[in-house]
Amino acid sequence: MTAVAQVPSGPRPGSGAQQKPLPLDVEAIRADFPILSRTVRDGKRLVYLDSGATSQKPRSVLDAERWFYENVNAAPHRGAHQLAEEATGAYEEARETIARFIGARTDEVVFTRNSTESINLVAYALSNAATAKEPEFRRYAVGQGDEIVVTEMEHHANLVPWQQLCERTGATLRWLGLTDDGRLDLSDLATVVNERTTLVAVTQQSNILGTINPLGEIIARAHEVGALVLVDGAQSVPHQPVDVTELGADFLVFSGHKMLGPTGVGVLWGRYDVLDALPPFLTGGSMIEVVRMEGSTFMPPPQRFEAGVPMTAQVIGLGAAVEYLQRLGMDNVLAHEEALTAYALEKLAEIPGVTVIGPPDTVARGGAISFTVEGIHPHDVGQVLDDQGIAVRVGHHCAWPVVRRYGVPATTRATFYVHTGYDDVDALADGIRKAQQFFGVVPAEEA
Amino acid sequence: MQLEAMYQEIILDHYRNPHGRGLREPFEAEVHHVNPTCGDEVTLRVHLDGDTIADVSYEGMGCSISQASVSAMYDLVIGKSVPQALETGDHFMTLMQAKGDPSVAEKLEDELEDAVAFAGVSKYPARIKCALMSWMALKDASARALGAQS
Ligand SMILES: Cc1ncc(COP(=O)(O)O)c(C=O)c1O
Repeated sequence: MTAVAQVPSGPRPGSGAQQKPLPLDVEAIRADFPILSRTVRDGKRLVYLDSGATSQKPRSVLDAERWFYENVNAAPHRGAHQLAEEATGAYEEARETIARFIGARTDEVVFTRNSTESINLVAYALSNAATAKEPEFRRYAVGQGDEIVVTEMEHHANLVPWQQLCERTGATLRWLGLTDDGRLDLSDLATVVNERTTLVAVTQQSNILGTINPLGEIIARAHEVGALVLVDGAQSVPHQPVDVTELGADFLVFSGHKMLGPTGVGVLWGRYDVLDALPPFLTGGSMIEVVRMEGSTFMPPPQRFEAGVPMTAQVIGLGAAVEYLQRLGMDNVLAHEEALTAYALEKLAEIPGVTVIGPPDTVARGGAISFTVEGIHPHDVGQVLDDQGIAVRVGHHCAWPVVRRYGVPATTRATFYVHTGYDDVDALADGIRKAQQFFGVVPAEEA
Repeated sequence: MQLEAMYQEIILDHYRNPHGRGLREPFEAEVHHVNPTCGDEVTLRVHLDGDTIADVSYEGMGCSISQASVSAMYDLVIGKSVPQALETGDHFMTLMQAKGDPSVAEKLEDELEDAVAFAGVSKYPARIKCALMSWMALKDASARALGAQS
């Protein structure tokens, strides 16, 4: 049996990591999340550092879904009975709440299943535009000679749909590369984004590196050449204030389940005039104006993009999640995670053999911290952490080109959220040391 | 602490000192398998003498479980006929489906030798595919090698 030495918990003697006061009351917040009171792996406290994959849900979100099913359940926008009216009202009220949260017009918010579907919706609308019989839907048609620009930092969800769009239409995919310290290399922005560019798709926060991208510069260049810009907000909208007017992009996508909301609901925000010029992606009930056997006409946005009975309870749950975040204040959420990130980066830097993949400081950086531990495969690091009740993500984090770029097979990733405290970060650091001891790779000066 | 149940000393030994590692000539088939959820990879070659497995050579990148598994597999299959080796693979699959039931491991001790140490892995659904990757690659490569002969 491999011997596992005792590791002292709490700050180590000599740890210089600073614990600045946290803006959020972690204990009070934890009490709102039923799942955080369960234990894992033989009675250990759950240290949930995988909010980047999916977040946990506060009771108010669970209650909102239950309230809907117990009191109002009906198909919105169909039927004239009282329940249908109330369901429609609750559904549209949630749309207003969510629109206000990102500073958008209500009719610019389209509900989808998740960020992945939002991106696919845009990608398919752009190729459908090429064959649309309605002239007004052809404005943004993508075809041969056009270029779509992404970055090497994208989640597969913001890469593969664009590769596929290019294959369907004969357009060319181009991308912005990365610098050694985990940032976008914008040195060739002016050539990569050019007159042939029809759309630039870029993430606001990298889910693997934590980098917050300088979108202003990219959007300005894209608009200068008349290209549309889609911002992947899957990791930014949950963690920082995002206002679409300030942002200046044409599309923003995000997922409810990563921002305290239910699974199965995501958002596509689009500038109204752009949405209005796009043909539908999914077609069927609820999105039509008039249907004849010979053909059909479609509703204006957002209904044009919401075919079928929607995920009503989930939309209402997402409305409750947004209200919960608004009560905390997104500025506080951002500052909270910034303090945790600064502390975690210092704690990890104190462990010999640990390398952070991504920006080494908190400048333009969110709370996703990917790292490698010398001599231990990320999976094995994750397993030792899991044994101590610490949930992290291991692997390529659906951003395979990123791990390839940095020459590692995979990483271990910790992500923070509103219920994360310094004790969670301490548990992570202690857990990494435990993994080093377990696998016998304790660097000499530590042994 | 459940960790020791999974990371048996035998597994860690195979991980640190893998048996048969490296790509060698001659070979009749080479395959490349990846585990798309984590990015682990193995490139594996099979050399047959008639229907006997004369050599299995490999290069790979992955966690301790996937790397130890291919090393333990190497020890088990060299000198066996392809059908015998695949039967051993089936036993290993049975072990991986045992959900940690020790009686399954006991019954398979003779067939699986060192590889019975992977019994603890069967309690961790996310890691089973790490242990199985090399066996899948072997199955694929030996079928191709047999195909190349006929
Ligand atoms: C940056 C980024 N974009 C897109 C996605 C896809 O989100 P979803 O799986 O909810 O569609 C994720 C989720 O991991 C992400 O982190």
